[in-house]
Amino acid sequence: MPDAEQLMTSLGTVVVAAPAVLVAVLGLPALLGTRLTEATTMRAVRSAVATGLLACIAVLAVMPFAAGRPAVVDLGEWVALRPAGAGHEHYHFAVEFEFDLLSVALALLSFLLCGTIGVFAARYLHRETGFNRFFILFALFLFGMVTASLADTIETLFVGWEFVGLSSALLVAFFHERPAPPRNGLRVWIVYRISDAALLLGAVVLHDMVGEGDFDRIMGGAQWPHGRTTLTESQSTALGLLLLFAAAGKSALVPFSGWLPRAMEGPTPSSAVFYGALSVHLGAFLLLRMNPLIAASVWLAVAIIAMGLITALYASLVVTVQTDIKSALSFASLAQVGLIVAEIGIGHWLPVMWYVALLHLIGHACLRTLQFIRAPTLLQDYRVLENAIGDRLPLPPGVLRFAPTSARTWLYRFALERGYLDAILTDYVARPFVRAFEWCGRLERRWAESLNNENTGSSTDSQTTRDDLKP
Amino acid sequence: MNLFAIRWLELSFVLPLAGAACMTLFTDARRKSRWCLTFAGATLACTAIVSLAYYSGHPTAAALWNTSGRRVLNVDEINAPLLPLVALLFFLTALTTARTKFARFPCAGQLIRETVLLAAFACTLPGPLVALLAIDAFMPLLELRRRGQPLRLQVIHAAFFVLLMFAGWVVSSGMGFSRFGSLFYLAGIMVRTGVFPAHIGVTNMFVHTSFGTALLFATPLAGVYATARLVLPIAPAWALSLLGIVALATALYAACMGAVERDVRRYFAYLIVSHASLVLVGFGLHTPFAVTGALIMWASAALALTGLGLTLRSLESRFGSLKLDEFRGLYDQSPALAICFLMTGLATIGFPGTPGFVAVELLVDEAVGAHVAVGLFVVLTAAINGIGVVRAYLLLFTGRRHVTGVALGITPRESIAVWAMTALILFGGLMPYAYVESRHRSALNILRDRDTNLNTSVVTPEHQPH
Repeated sequence: MPDAEQLMTSLGTVVVAAPAVLVAVLGLPALLGTRLTEATTMRAVRSAVATGLLACIAVLAVMPFAAGRPAVVDLGEWVALRPAGAGHEHYHFAVEFEFDLLSVALALLSFLLCGTIGVFAARYLHRETGFNRFFILFALFLFGMVTASLADTIETLFVGWEFVGLSSALLVAFFHERPAPPRNGLRVWIVYRISDAALLLGAVVLHDMVGEGDFDRIMGGAQWPHGRTTLTESQSTALGLLLLFAAAGKSALVPFSGWLPRAMEGPTPSSAVFYGALSVHLGAFLLLRMNPLIAASVWLAVAIIAMGLITALYASLVVTVQTDIKSALSFASLAQVGLIVAEIGIGHWLPVMWYVALLHLIGHACLRTLQFIRAPTLLQDYRVLENAIGDRLPLPPGVLRFAPTSARTWLYRFALERGYLDAILTDYVARPFVRAFEWCGRLERRWAESLNNENTGSSTDSQTTRDDLKP
Repeated sequence: MNLFAIRWLELSFVLPLAGAACMTLFTDARRKSRWCLTFAGATLACTAIVSLAYYSGHPTAAALWNTSGRRVLNVDEINAPLLPLVALLFFLTALTTARTKFARFPCAGQLIRETVLLAAFACTLPGPLVALLAIDAFMPLLELRRRGQPLRLQVIHAAFFVLLMFAGWVVSSGMGFSRFGSLFYLAGIMVRTGVFPAHIGVTNMFVHTSFGTALLFATPLAGVYATARLVLPIAPAWALSLLGIVALATALYAACMGAVERDVRRYFAYLIVSHASLVLVGFGLHTPFAVTGALIMWASAALALTGLGLTLRSLESRFGSLKLDEFRGLYDQSPALAICFLMTGLATIGFPGTPGFVAVELLVDEAVGAHVAVGLFVVLTAAINGIGVVRAYLLLFTGRRHVTGVALGITPRESIAVWAMTALILFGGLMPYAYVESRHRSALNILRDRDTNLNTSVVTPEHQPH
């Protein structure tokens, strides 16, 4: 009988390889200009997801026999540089995947929900012109999720994080014959890029502090969530705040919440699995993975709780006035994500809350996926019922009805404007940025014209307000 | 027969020159196109063999013109992969030139430029290198004149560059004040690379010359080569730090300008300036890993930017001058070009799975080591460039359905270019080990030369790197 750890390593390799193979199988024909049939695409998706899922379940089954140590699948050093001379630091990029309770749970969830949504999308997008494009992006997303979930180094996590971000933004822009989806896709991408920058900076700061990006160095070699970091409190706070910023962008926490309803422009299957279930929880997962930092820094814990609670409160308020089902579900989802983040922060005092947060995350992701894919038929059912009774279905009173009269109007406006978050980012960040650099552009054109001794008046051609960054 | 016994390096210079001479014999655009491609392809093959000869341990076969014990043109660790890269850029540009445009494509001029640029990239001595770069800087002016475009700004730009480089050469090699001379070199290189405010020369070049000429002027990043050969080995540390700071500010500024630009050509020019400046930031940090990161980024950005530029050029040849002020919806008309645009665009910004990823990681790592603010600016630059690339993709390829009765799909020649580019990007991204190792060895060689030169009290021309 093979050794339990060896078996876990072999199974782990299958888990990681399955989505990568799917990307190659669906992506290479597209690059070569060949179009796979819907049946072939679905066969590939089903095989890859089933293989990954079964291997993941097998890892979970073998875990209790692995002497309490997490299995590490080491695919070697992707890049390793050593300067001449002894005593110098070296740079390496290790591709390592760790299978512990947290990572296996999220990987399992990713395979399960992606499998479900894959089958759903095959019918939902049947004969859609972008069928193959959807599943290529779907494969990239699955690859990114599994890579990020199982990453044993922050660099590997960053790779997965980037793939999730790109595929999500391109899926928001999936229906590209209308201007609204690409415009919203760009918004999502901008927020993701900013959060990616914070994660990259966090990865480098971690490298700087502990010499490498292995999570083991933060966890102290212990099983999740019992790790204890060797970093000082101030180091933990600084690094933790960078990662909290990254998590806020990815999980749409306040002040980045504006992108979540915009992401609903994508097809329903992608809204369900990405923004309702998996992608939106990736920030919370990052915080769970970095729980030793939270344990070491009370200020970080307080910041996380504050951000989580503010987000939950904001989303609970805004959801009450949403008039389309996908936006309502997205804000309901955000309220739960806020609570999950707050639970993670409370883990500083009550470590059991990290288990609670993980269970909350898994349960919420499953429930929300179901709600999203049920949404189109639910609307149809409502219509049938309303036709049968000849009137609108009665609606339960919203929480704002119980607000004091003096504040009610303001609260309604706040909720209808979605907390003005988008407007604030547009008016005070995006627009000044665009105007400042357009002004520089005009100045440069004028300067070039004077140096060229020409007078074409082209410097005025960019004076009109840009609209692609507008909401 | 020993393959490496043939003088492949000499052939790499002679072939494009012979091709340029041949071009004068043809008037038919189709024949011109075929022969131009043949010569550019043969040159690419020769440079590939030169590179192979170097890596398989036949460096003597790749050396040319040994005079007084010094090699004027030589293949070493730094330029061994760059020579085939330069030849590839010229070949792909010729390959993707539409047949209808070949009548106006300056085949002879481009083949002569290929010789000049290949010679510059093979040149290791300051004097000849400065002379070759000067010729390269003035060559696009001929096209500007032929097209009746405004010349003054480009003449000022080229003149500043040439004067500063010659001043650097005279002061460092002629008078023996190498550190002082390196400052002139530094200023000249900043002009050539487009460091603020000289970036205006690069954007002007893209606006007024043909896309192909501007592309071949900017994407090989010849100024970066001059930095590696002339400045890094002798410049004082404070001068390099100054270069790093100015280049970092330029990289961020150009990224921001690109993110809001509404003209495709100007957007592309800003993207090039931003990446060339990021490479200089790595040189400015002058640590082994920073220089390694800069060298990796140089070649990966040159390749990816050329791919992106050729895609834009192909789009321009179909749809005319393009603006980024509204959605164009070209995806359905040219899905292959859309995929190529996205892929090369992502490779430009160092997305995971592309060769630039390691470069960005190394640069950010070393920048944070120097100062957190430097790291923050490098990360911000990369992030904003990423926003710019996806914004351009969405504006060009999505947002509406472009309706036309004319077939606008990719041509077989363009397909070859797209596949070659994609294969190189994926291969370099997924298996970067050998390439990264090679760049790291180059970085160590450059810094070893630097240590030797700076530890020598009087630096004579003989101490200059060979």
